[in-house]
Amino acid sequence: METVQTIAEPVIAILILIGAILGALSAFGLIRLPDVYLRAHAATKSATLGVLCVLGGGFLYFVFFERLISAKMLLGIVFVFITAPVAGHLIERAAYMSGVPMWQKSVRDDLKMAIAEERKSRPQTEKSQA
Amino acid sequence: MLDVALYISLLILSLATLTCLFRVIKGPSMPDRVVALDTIGINLIGIVTILSIIYRTQAYLELILLIGILAFLSTVAFSKFIQRGVVVDHGDSTDDR
Repeated sequence: METVQTIAEPVIAILILIGAILGALSAFGLIRLPDVYLRAHAATKSATLGVLCVLGGGFLYFVFFERLISAKMLLGIVFVFITAPVAGHLIERAAYMSGVPMWQKSVRDDLKMAIAEERKSRPQTEKSQA
Repeated sequence: MLDVALYISLLILSLATLTCLFRVIKGPSMPDRVVALDTIGINLIGIVTILSIIYRTQAYLELILLIGILAFLSTVAFSKFIQRGVVVDHGDSTDDR
């Protein structure tokens, strides 16, 4: 067990450091990027990957140093992995529907065309909104 | 070596959380603030994990799941509120977009 701990220690340290650096990168993107859609791109992707690295390192620590396979931690990993992209998608959809402007240099808006086509095929929806 | 890496990561994650707090305060629109709050919640999960390794305890592992669920539910509620102004839908709305 001593040898396994010696091997596992730098792996855990590197995993947690990578996770923290990814979290810092996502915070940097949250500050620097120009509009809410690009900011959510930074926030949902790299922050999720970073916290997954940190959680994986913690899980490995408790496996190798405390002899504990933590089901709570596994559940937390799966939950964060599933829900963070869903939350990002929901809040961006809400931002688009409530009319937050895009960056001036954005080149494509596919959702606008999709919504216009759907309105054309279902005219009663437009009436209920008006 | 593990302890040094843990303290450095804790410092980095704390600075990242402070940076997100700047976006929460300044953010020009409401979804900006919600995105930043969601990121703060996710960073908090990492901070709690690192703390539970530093203190060599398993007592904080419930907090990971709890903070994750709270961050997700608050983001869903905020996005429903921003989209239509109501949080709990009673089913009498015809537009389900």
